[in-house]
Amino acid sequence: MSLSLTVTGLTKHFRGLRALEDVSFTVPAGKIVALIGPNGAGKTTCFNLIAGVFPPDTGRVHLAKRDVTGLRPDQLCTAGVGRTFQIVKPFAGLSVLENVLVGALHRERRVAAAREKAAEMLALLGLDPQAHRLAGSLTLPDRKRLEVAKALATQPKILLLDEVMAGLRPTETDAMVATLIGLNRSTGITILLIEHVMRAVMALAEQVIVLDQGRKLAEGTPEQVTQDPRVIETYLGHDLPEGAGA
Amino acid sequence: MLTQDLFEGVTPRGKMLFTAGLGALLLLPEVADSYLISILTLIFWFAYVGQAWNVMMGFAGQLSLGHALYVGLGGYGAAALYMHLGLGPWVGMLVVVPVCALVGMAIGWLGFRFGVRGVHFALLTIACAEFTRVAFDHITALGGSGGLFLPVVGGRGDDLLMLRGSPQLYYYVMLVLALLALALCRIVTRTRLGYFWLALRENPDAAAALGIPLLRVKLLAVGLSAGMTAVGGVFYAFYYNNLFPDQVFAMGRSIEILLGPIVGGIGTVFGPVLGAMILTPLGEGASLLLEALGITLPGTKQVIYGLMLVLIICFRPAGIWPWLAVKAGLVVPPGETDLREKGEAE
Ligand SMILES: Nc1ncnc2c1ncn2[C@@H]1O[C@H](COP(=O)(O)OP(=O)(O)O)[C@@H](O)[C@H]1O
Ligand SMILES: [Mg+2]
Repeated sequence: MSLSLTVTGLTKHFRGLRALEDVSFTVPAGKIVALIGPNGAGKTTCFNLIAGVFPPDTGRVHLAKRDVTGLRPDQLCTAGVGRTFQIVKPFAGLSVLENVLVGALHRERRVAAAREKAAEMLALLGLDPQAHRLAGSLTLPDRKRLEVAKALATQPKILLLDEVMAGLRPTETDAMVATLIGLNRSTGITILLIEHVMRAVMALAEQVIVLDQGRKLAEGTPEQVTQDPRVIETYLGHDLPEGAGA
Repeated sequence: MLTQDLFEGVTPRGKMLFTAGLGALLLLPEVADSYLISILTLIFWFAYVGQAWNVMMGFAGQLSLGHALYVGLGGYGAAALYMHLGLGPWVGMLVVVPVCALVGMAIGWLGFRFGVRGVHFALLTIACAEFTRVAFDHITALGGSGGLFLPVVGGRGDDLLMLRGSPQLYYYVMLVLALLALALCRIVTRTRLGYFWLALRENPDAAAALGIPLLRVKLLAVGLSAGMTAVGGVFYAFYYNNLFPDQVFAMGRSIEILLGPIVGGIGTVFGPVLGAMILTPLGEGASLLLEALGITLPGTKQVIYGLMLVLIICFRPAGIWPWLAVKAGLVVPPGETDLREKGEAE
């Protein structure tokens, strides 16, 4: 159930603005890797390129051996990529359960079976008490959890999480970390996560990639990057990320 | 089993009211005069076509302001097949429904393919209907702007197969069509495709990320909606026995079609029905009243519909049905339905 992800030379400009420039990295199958960097570094753009929201100007995206550059988002979902949105996108007019049901219907054609699958996902994320509320009425942390539940319901082999811990209390962060580690252990799912909450990064990631102004600044174990002078200089030093001290 | 599915989430009171209402409608032609029958037939027609429009906008979130196109094409198509080949309307439907579905999908494909979205897509649907209206003005084989008239054969009793006969015949046929559309929508919203439509309506980007092929799912919605509307067009042709491009393809008709669902509740299954039940009598009642007072005021109906629309947008933007249904205890409020369902499953 796991898949490796390799991006090579990814470049994306928005009307002259350099969002991402020649970024390459590999997320080995079954590993948990974090993508960090200051706001505007190009992290979300990197996710959008991997998930097929728009094609890169140059560069390739590979899932294991397969070149998936330029595929549509739905095709990438079929290929095994599940992603969450930093700016959450709930189906506001549907219930929380129905939100996840839509994801579950991707691989399960029968509605009744998909509904059960969706209920499992809600339980996993601790959202079951809210199952029948409208998704639009959830608090932001719950909407972040819903994003994860929806993505997981599609049964991805690689999960892209964009700042899902933002706004969670430390205990909730720990619960989410435990859930993700549990998933990774039990299903072997590969996880690439964008995260500002260093507490979560340190607990989860075996490897950290640091982006700054569209370029890859550093790469290594959490210990290595947090001691890297360039990283401290541009990121950790002055602009202390949320929860870093916690 | 099937009726259980159809009435899922409806309270006993709701079921009772629906059954009583339906019973009354079935018996009504025995006592009603032909005027009342014609009004009810019109209500059924708007409930039916509103339902069809709702598939596209209410479920899949794609706004069409040109549904008169499918009314016209369906009507003209079936009328031509009847007059030139002697084919009855039901056989005609086998031709015009797929044709209209394909026309709808072609327009949809054009729009979606070239990224024409939202309001601009709606403008495209108007343009297609208007273009076709002008084209039909010049098709002399179908009467051109002078209109196409179906031969009226009287005194041979009711012929369901050829859809020729008394007002009662049309009343029952349209009632059944409206009920079928209601049931179809009720069923389709609980299927995989139905959930995909709702997801697309709520947030296309999130829907795509969950693996939904947006183009295919949109085209299926347009196709079903256009095909259903074509059936309404066929009925229209055989009921009124005359077709004028100015009338069937009119922009005003496209608007009238979508008023019912908006007033009743976009995206709800019973909304289009309720909307038609409110708007049609309102428009007709106003006309009657003015007639009785001896006043001729063209456009009264439009003004009343406009007022109604403003009231709805101000006070019940989600439509009357979602509010009324809960208020009057006709349906179980959304959340509680699922709870009960879960209880049964365990
Ligand atoms: N769709 C877009 N259109 C235009 N500019 C964009 C778009 N997405 C991102 N950007 C710009 O690209 C840069 C990188 O943004 P982003 O990838 O969101 O950064 P991060 O997620 O690391 O905070 C920012 O300057 C942002 O304004
Ligand atoms: Mg971001």
